[in-house]
Amino acid sequence: MSAPTVPDTRPDAPARAVLEVRGVSRWFGNVVAVNDITMSIGTGVTGLLGPNGAGKTTLLHLMAGLLQPSRGEILLSDAPVWRNPAIYASLGLVVDREDTYGFLSARELVEATAALHKLPHPRAAADRAIAMVGLGSAADRRVATYSKGMRQRARVAAALVHDPAVLLLDEPFNGMDPRQRLDLMELLQRMGEAGRTVLFSSHILEEVEQVSQSIQVMVAGRLAASGDHRAIRRLMTQRPHEFRLASSDDRALGVALLRLESVTGVELEPPGLLVRTRDYGAFARALPPAARAAGVRLYQVLPADESLESVFSYLIEGGQ
Amino acid sequence: MSVVGVLARITIRGLLGRRRFLLLLPLPLLLIAAATIGRISGVDPSRWADAVLSQVGFAVVLPLIAMIVGTGVLGSELEDGSAVTVLTTPVPRGTIVLTKLAVAIGVTTAATALPMFVAGVIVDSVRLGVGLAVGAFVGTVAYTTLFLALSVVSRRPVLIALGYLVIWEGTLVTVLSGVRWLSIRQFAVAVSDRVASTELVTGTLSSLYAVLATAVLAVAATTLAIDRLSAYSVRGETG
Repeated sequence: MSAPTVPDTRPDAPARAVLEVRGVSRWFGNVVAVNDITMSIGTGVTGLLGPNGAGKTTLLHLMAGLLQPSRGEILLSDAPVWRNPAIYASLGLVVDREDTYGFLSARELVEATAALHKLPHPRAAADRAIAMVGLGSAADRRVATYSKGMRQRARVAAALVHDPAVLLLDEPFNGMDPRQRLDLMELLQRMGEAGRTVLFSSHILEEVEQVSQSIQVMVAGRLAASGDHRAIRRLMTQRPHEFRLASSDDRALGVALLRLESVTGVELEPPGLLVRTRDYGAFARALPPAARAAGVRLYQVLPADESLESVFSYLIEGGQ
Repeated sequence: MSVVGVLARITIRGLLGRRRFLLLLPLPLLLIAAATIGRISGVDPSRWADAVLSQVGFAVVLPLIAMIVGTGVLGSELEDGSAVTVLTTPVPRGTIVLTKLAVAIGVTTAATALPMFVAGVIVDSVRLGVGLAVGAFVGTVAYTTLFLALSVVSRRPVLIALGYLVIWEGTLVTVLSGVRWLSIRQFAVAVSDRVASTELVTGTLSSLYAVLATAVLAVAATTLAIDRLSAYSVRGETG
């Protein structure tokens, strides 16, 4: 399966890739988590979209040099990321599942990170990063006492303290309340506008659309699509779909459906109907009234192309 | 604060904050208490000193504390993922390993050589105390580097360490005499014997061999730990 690439025609489209993923695969035993992915991430904010289990976390770990690719290579500004700690001078990583030093306060954690980066004024850098994520007076409490959202902000502050050119975030909005979510979205957008390269993963299309113009879609370890967010959404909702329907009168339903603009074909395939549509959303909305108008009772509506369907329908559900 | 200072401070705070470590605090006290009881009993030390100093001090207190500290300074952080904070900075992996090792040796020395010295003084003399402390230090260096390397190489360092202590040092040494050449406990006892120069502690290896073997082990284990940490991979994720 080759990933459809939507041309990026924005006037501010990234001029050159900072992060290059070249034919990267990663497997764990018999499980292929990332399957032959090639992508370029340039400056600005890019969203890595995919359902849970798509391999987003593995890909981010690979990009951050915390996992060795089973095949392929990843370059950050032309330098390999694997076994190369020097990359962390220009890279920040916010991971979702790893723990951090809970016995430190957020200020201590961020200041220690600043010192490990050998920043000239660790205290000032830490204060600046903490102010950016808005931890406020809570910054002097132990991280172990934080809520998930606060802990996430402490991690973001630690990842930002050295003002990295590239910031990778794994599900950064998880556990955040709407206010915190909005603040972080604004922060990421500001960083993107300032010429940083920001890549964040999410399983929610809206989240990605709000923050980033450019989207990479991962499904089952593969890159399913990449490009501008509007085009991606079109691709997801308007790609050809097939449904198997069962009803009280398949023939009458088929005739009614052929009149719908979104339907491109109908076949009578006992015990039901096979319907082709080019617009998932429009068909989903038009089907019930069309059946009602034809006096037909619907028994079953099943997506026929199941492999990718579950993901795309998931994304569409998120968009409505 | 310097990179090493920050790493050391985080390591010490992490280590002292772990319950597993606090559980071991009574061990050195147990050793001193056993020596004190033996002394008060009035029985000649030649009849019980070996049981207290070797069977409790070198066979239990030293390796257990070294195991908890050696696998704890880095292994625990790798296990719960907090090490990612340090590993995503440009600090050379050699600096991370050597700093953690220095903390592990320092803490283990304080928790073993000191009580061994006190126990030695109680049992016999300052000279015996010094001998035991030096032997404990040699054992500390060997055990902690080995266990730290194990914690980077394996996800089950404590299990492997216990296997080494119980099966290799505890059982095989008594059955196969050649095994003692690769027993850290025997290294520590040999050095103690040499420094203390008393009948109360008797080693079976030459002290020169013990020191050289410890040095070789420490260098090899540290090199391995640095190499493995450079290739550290987070746990398999499918998310």
